[in-house]
Amino acid sequence: MLNRFQVSRALAVLASMVTGSSATAAADYWQLNMFKGVTPLSHDMYDLHMVCMLVCGVIGVIVFGVMTYSLIYHRKSRGVTPATFHDNNRLEIFWSIVPFLILVGLAVPATRVLIKMNDSNQSDITIKVVGSQWKWQYQYLDQGISFFSNLTTPYDQIHNKQKKGQWYLREVDKPLVLPINQKIRFLVTSTDVVHSWWVPELGIKRDAFPGFMYEAWAIIEKPGIYRGQCTELCGINHGFMPIVVEAVSADDFNKWVAVQTKVEDHYAETVNNAAAQKRLTRAELMSAGKAKYQQMCAACHNANGKGLPPMYPALKNSSVSVGRPISRHIGLVLHGVPGSAMQAYKDQLTDAEVAAIVTYERNAWGNNTGDLVQPDDVAKVRQSDISTPKMVKQAQVGGLR
Amino acid sequence: MSQAIAHDIDHHEEHGPEQGKGVLGFIKRWLFTTNHKDIGTLYLWLALFSFFVAGGMALLIRAELFQPGHRLVDPNFFNQMITMHGLLMLFGVVMPAFTGMANWQIPMMIGAPDMALPRLNNWSFWILPFAFTLLGSTMFHSGGGPNFGWTMYAPLSTTYAPPSTDFMIFAVHMMGLSSIMGSINIIATILNMRAPGMTLMKMPMFVWTWLITAFLLIAIMPVLAGAVTMMLADRHFGTSFFEAAGGGDPVLFQHIFWFFGHPEVYVLVLPAFGVISEIIPTFSRKPLFGYHFMVWATVSIAVLSFVVWVHHMFTTGVPLGAELFFMYTTMLISVPTGIKVFNWVSTMFKGAMTFETPMLFAIAFVFLFTIGGFTGLMLALVPADFQYQDTYFVVGHFHYVLVPGVIFALLGATYYWIPKWTGHMYNETLGKWHFWLSVISVNIAFFPMHFLGLAGMPRRIPDYALQFTNFNMISTIGAFIFGFSQLLFLYNVIMTVRGGKKVDAQVWESAHGLEWTLSSPPPYHSFVTPPPVA
Repeated sequence: MLNRFQVSRALAVLASMVTGSSATAAADYWQLNMFKGVTPLSHDMYDLHMVCMLVCGVIGVIVFGVMTYSLIYHRKSRGVTPATFHDNNRLEIFWSIVPFLILVGLAVPATRVLIKMNDSNQSDITIKVVGSQWKWQYQYLDQGISFFSNLTTPYDQIHNKQKKGQWYLREVDKPLVLPINQKIRFLVTSTDVVHSWWVPELGIKRDAFPGFMYEAWAIIEKPGIYRGQCTELCGINHGFMPIVVEAVSADDFNKWVAVQTKVEDHYAETVNNAAAQKRLTRAELMSAGKAKYQQMCAACHNANGKGLPPMYPALKNSSVSVGRPISRHIGLVLHGVPGSAMQAYKDQLTDAEVAAIVTYERNAWGNNTGDLVQPDDVAKVRQSDISTPKMVKQAQVGGLR
Repeated sequence: MSQAIAHDIDHHEEHGPEQGKGVLGFIKRWLFTTNHKDIGTLYLWLALFSFFVAGGMALLIRAELFQPGHRLVDPNFFNQMITMHGLLMLFGVVMPAFTGMANWQIPMMIGAPDMALPRLNNWSFWILPFAFTLLGSTMFHSGGGPNFGWTMYAPLSTTYAPPSTDFMIFAVHMMGLSSIMGSINIIATILNMRAPGMTLMKMPMFVWTWLITAFLLIAIMPVLAGAVTMMLADRHFGTSFFEAAGGGDPVLFQHIFWFFGHPEVYVLVLPAFGVISEIIPTFSRKPLFGYHFMVWATVSIAVLSFVVWVHHMFTTGVPLGAELFFMYTTMLISVPTGIKVFNWVSTMFKGAMTFETPMLFAIAFVFLFTIGGFTGLMLALVPADFQYQDTYFVVGHFHYVLVPGVIFALLGATYYWIPKWTGHMYNETLGKWHFWLSVISVNIAFFPMHFLGLAGMPRRIPDYALQFTNFNMISTIGAFIFGFSQLLFLYNVIMTVRGGKKVDAQVWESAHGLEWTLSSPPPYHSFVTPPPVA
């Protein structure tokens, strides 16, 4: 049994040398087989995959062989007279037991790998992965680092107005940086709907459930950049939620950690000193606002501002984006609408970005309010809103309408 | 005595459906019919219509995926398409088509005059057009139709779903009612109306598979109804079944859904097994090999199908013990499925085969369904499943089982029985063209999906990274050839209904069973006196 597993493993290695698919530098446009991956678990998965495929192949050759033989030789046009047999208990028992034994043969290594997969003990680093519509947030629990990782593929590439880049839809602003040869434990969760965090080469796929947290682990053997994306339908932009993992040596990882800003002091400076922020021109705000809007808002509110009512309200001519006070508009972007798909962006966007988005929304699509919102306006709202969040009653949110 | 019977039969042959005058008469004739053949026909036309609607949606999906980038439809509409395509193909195509065939065939195969509960039969059909109108209307609601996939995972289908979701929920309830009533009728017919001498172990395989399918349906449709009702409560009545914030759990939805969903796939495929077990012996001119084992294999597949549902959820974080248990049970299902395949092959072995269109579809079924079975076994291995789950590999797997599997069985069955139903032979040349175009294009469409999934393409995405372009293009081309070659089938069916070479009662040289003792087309009330059963 064990022996056959090893034989098959050797065959698998051979097969992979033929198909050759471990390059991370460039994607293989004709990739046929599973990634061999760069973690012990992904190797095991690959081996199981190859063994099972081999077993299926052998069974297939036998079954289809007999069938093809009959199709060729047992046809009426060859003048054969049909046999009349229609039962053979011994044969039936034979082909019940033999497949069963084959299955036992497959189940043994699968069980072994499965037990290994569930052992996330003694990890060196813990990363909390939080999915939300439609981005990933990574929290390095031991290092106190936390950031969002957004798709960076420009809107124009998606809409075919620009040539698509090499990593179209598989590029992010901030990749997840991980050290090699250390046991990394992932805690995967979500803030809204079910997502799934999948990086094929790490051999990790873990569904992210709101309110629950599940584990996975990996030891990355080779430095490189590994890409994946969300694999559970999570709404409109499900296809635009990539994952990029950058595996580096332990030294590089420590250097990277040293230059990261810690979670707490991200906005501390500007919040207490709102007036000190840079002032931006109208053109700067509008162009930055448009780019950011297309990246963060257009999925729901639509590039033309018409939204998708009643789920996603229109911004064109809405009381929020043309009405006053402007602080209400800013507040909605910063804090979202609890109990709805509108999430709070206060941790994801800087004051300048929020200012740009709000300015853009108040002037695009014929909204023409002429308003200019500066980063310090946003900082003021941010500051005044530092208070305990209001509890929203379930009855009001999802109640009878 | 014999004269009296002959008179009786003659009398009934004269007496067709009540025909009124004009459009109103036509509507009343079909709306109020309680005849098993009429209702079967209605089911089959509904299924054929939905097949082209849901197929059109599939082509829209494939057209969008022909190239990377935003092409034809926006992502939200794309999500609505995948949802509707799934729901319609399951509830609007495969289930009504097989129910239609059951209606036509079961009374004829067991020697009964009609179904046991004709009025219930009428009602179970006529719910469906309304259910699908309700479902289809969601596409025109503000906010769009359901956009969370046919699996409707909460909370995407509760808190984050468009208002039209409620319409979908009620449509699902109505389909469930229809299926349950249809199943009650089928069980009542099979258990009570068999001709004397037709013991259970003499029943044709198609009847057997439908008997078991009907029990499956009665067991699972209430579970689905419960799941969508809980969704409804979460959406509107302030409950938190699927919301952690209120003490619920989104995983609970998946458990309930797949407790319905896995037996559901056997609801789709068991009647297909039955059809294949009818066609292969006929054209091999040899009795079905291992009939008893076929029956018991079907029963054990049905029983096992209730204890494998977690294999749809291996990546959700279920505990190790559960993963092991469900991996073993899932692998175990391949034993009875294997028995079936081996028996079909043995039936062909040393037969004297001819290759009319139904046989061609049956042979393609055995080949391609087995491939779907192999990938199913691969998916059962939990560690490997972590790489397959929710990728195009899975899409490839279940389309192999459902298209060259179930749909081919349906097409084969139509070619096999349509001469009996209409009294006309279909156009064999056109049938062969249809077969060869279908069997080639179905592989072009679905085989590359396995490669895409292994290379890392998730399912249900409207746009993809550049390295997936080649195989997506190939797949789209195959899908379009497949879609358009089905028009040949439509044409062939319509022409056969309207006219064609007359056939006698036997139709196929070596077909066995009671339905072949009736004239083609059969009398309006199939067997007014029970036929003798050898």
